[in-house]
Amino acid sequence: MPDKAKSWVKEAVETVTVPILAIFVGLLVGTVFILIAGADPMEAYKALFKAVAGSPRAIGETLTSTTPLIFTGLAVALAFRCGLFNIGVEGQYLVALMASALTGYYLHLPPVIHALVALAAGGLAGMLWAAIVGVLKAYRGVHEVINSIMLNYIALYFTHYLLMYYFREPGNRAAATPFIQETAKLTKGLIPGSRLHTGIFVALLAALFVWFFLWKTPQGYEIRAVGLSPGAAEYAGISVKRNIILAMAISGLMSGLAGAVQTLGVSYKFYEQMGFIGYGFDGIAVALLGRNHPVGVIFGALLFGALGQGSGAMQAAAGVPKTVVWIVQGTVVFFVAAESIWKFLRRRRVKAEVKTA
Amino acid sequence: MISTLLVLLTSTLRSSTPLILCALGGVFSERAGVVNIALEGMMLTGAWAASFFTLATGNVYIGILGAILASVIMAGLHALASVIWTADQTVSGVAINLLASGFTEFMAVKVWGTSQSPSANTAPAIFGISLFVYVAFAMVFIVHFFLYHTAWGLRLRSVGENPWAAETMGINVISMKIQGVLLSGVMAGIAGAAFSVGLLSRFTVNMTSGRGYIALAAMIFGRWNPIGSMLACLLFGLSEGLATLFQIWQLPVPSQFLLMTPYVITMLALAGFVGRATAPAADGVPYVKSR
Repeated sequence: MPDKAKSWVKEAVETVTVPILAIFVGLLVGTVFILIAGADPMEAYKALFKAVAGSPRAIGETLTSTTPLIFTGLAVALAFRCGLFNIGVEGQYLVALMASALTGYYLHLPPVIHALVALAAGGLAGMLWAAIVGVLKAYRGVHEVINSIMLNYIALYFTHYLLMYYFREPGNRAAATPFIQETAKLTKGLIPGSRLHTGIFVALLAALFVWFFLWKTPQGYEIRAVGLSPGAAEYAGISVKRNIILAMAISGLMSGLAGAVQTLGVSYKFYEQMGFIGYGFDGIAVALLGRNHPVGVIFGALLFGALGQGSGAMQAAAGVPKTVVWIVQGTVVFFVAAESIWKFLRRRRVKAEVKTA
Repeated sequence: MISTLLVLLTSTLRSSTPLILCALGGVFSERAGVVNIALEGMMLTGAWAASFFTLATGNVYIGILGAILASVIMAGLHALASVIWTADQTVSGVAINLLASGFTEFMAVKVWGTSQSPSANTAPAIFGISLFVYVAFAMVFIVHFFLYHTAWGLRLRSVGENPWAAETMGINVISMKIQGVLLSGVMAGIAGAAFSVGLLSRFTVNMTSGRGYIALAAMIFGRWNPIGSMLACLLFGLSEGLATLFQIWQLPVPSQFLLMTPYVITMLALAGFVGRATAPAADGVPYVKSR
């Protein structure tokens, strides 16, 4: 094998080792809890598989729940590449849900154009919400984690206020905005019987965009340079402030698109949110599993989308509480985060290489 | 008028009590240089365990001890990942919050068959005010004393400011950090118990609903010290109390704005518009002993 290809393979294997080990430990812990629940693990996993990939409809539903996770995973990954931790995806997602629902209902535009405008509105809302964090970090030195958490709650109450005081559909017992116009809806029916919509293509395009932006443009190079070492980047003449704001804004754009495709492809309205949906926190897990790389993010989103989609079926068919899935997710994040515990593997391998040399 | 003020005062005390206890936990951990967004998960675990052990034994004090134990186990996981394995502290915190919400709901359904526990004994009330309220305010001054008037407190704070210098002074940095995180587990455990066997008499799924994050914000607004944190928690509790009161009076001020206030104030404070807040210098930086 040529040297270049060999090193590429080696790198790829090293990159996926930790996530795969973490998934393995997660499933192990999950199995323990399935046993505690008094269910049969084999039955449970069979039910999970059937619900996730047992029929074309199941596959469609799995891809439907994967779609927003690709966006939120990309959002977290892109911020991570700039050394920023965007824990504010939830809030950015919420304001985008509202923005898309409003533009989807109040505007009257031709098909396709309407959907694109509503998508853009959601993306823009998420972008602005995240940019606040970026600006405060760049110019006032406030840690992004705290401000993102604060803005999550502000978004929760703010959208609730807008819904209750201005945009609630009168005469409807459930607190929700009216349904968006037909022209704003993303096309359905990619797989008959499932809710899969064209948002999945937007998600894949977004992944391609993030990859191209980060690795093929000077601006993306600058963002990664700031992420690796802000001091060195500054010394090399790169504006750290500018890149922090830009990275947060684009990260927010991704979170915003997640909200937009959910509104325009699945829910068709903004309904009362009593708490956070969890796509933002899942996005952190997805990004970590995917090693903050767009390709990895797609696979991570697929795993978490499948787990989320299959958890209900597992509960119905095998009597496994769907909370087991959260425990699995938590365990996976825990072990991916604590990467250094896997280092003994590498150390041993290095030793083996030294011996053979 | 006086009765209204009394209602406002008691509701403020009620809302701020778990916040104060939890924020003190944050002080311990962050003063030792470990960012702790896992407070939310630890508190939730404590709330579940308090109900579980109280119902199992009929004794609320054993319930509180159980809450502390369960929360400390969660804190132990956080210490293991973030101090010993030098994981990203925020990510480890996210993992623990996920684990805690999954675990507590799983166990609630497993033990009680539903998403909430039956009614349990609660800690006694003195002059109509829950024991937890007195404990919370007493702890503020106890924690203050330990942090600022003992050698141990000086060591803990030095580890959060400059672990490398602390190490050269012969302080065991790793051990101090672990102590800080475990103590935050103790406080979060009591805070959790304050929810399920204090202010209320049962555990319900996700009953802390983000209070851990508010406590964290209060601790930051209170500039990482116990008394400041207490004042911030009282302010946040007051805005919650006002939200309830305004709803009862049907005032035209939307309750959402009052509920938003703590978060907006924290952001303004951090941006330096309402005084400056500075974190311990080495907060959030994993410590790797140089070899």
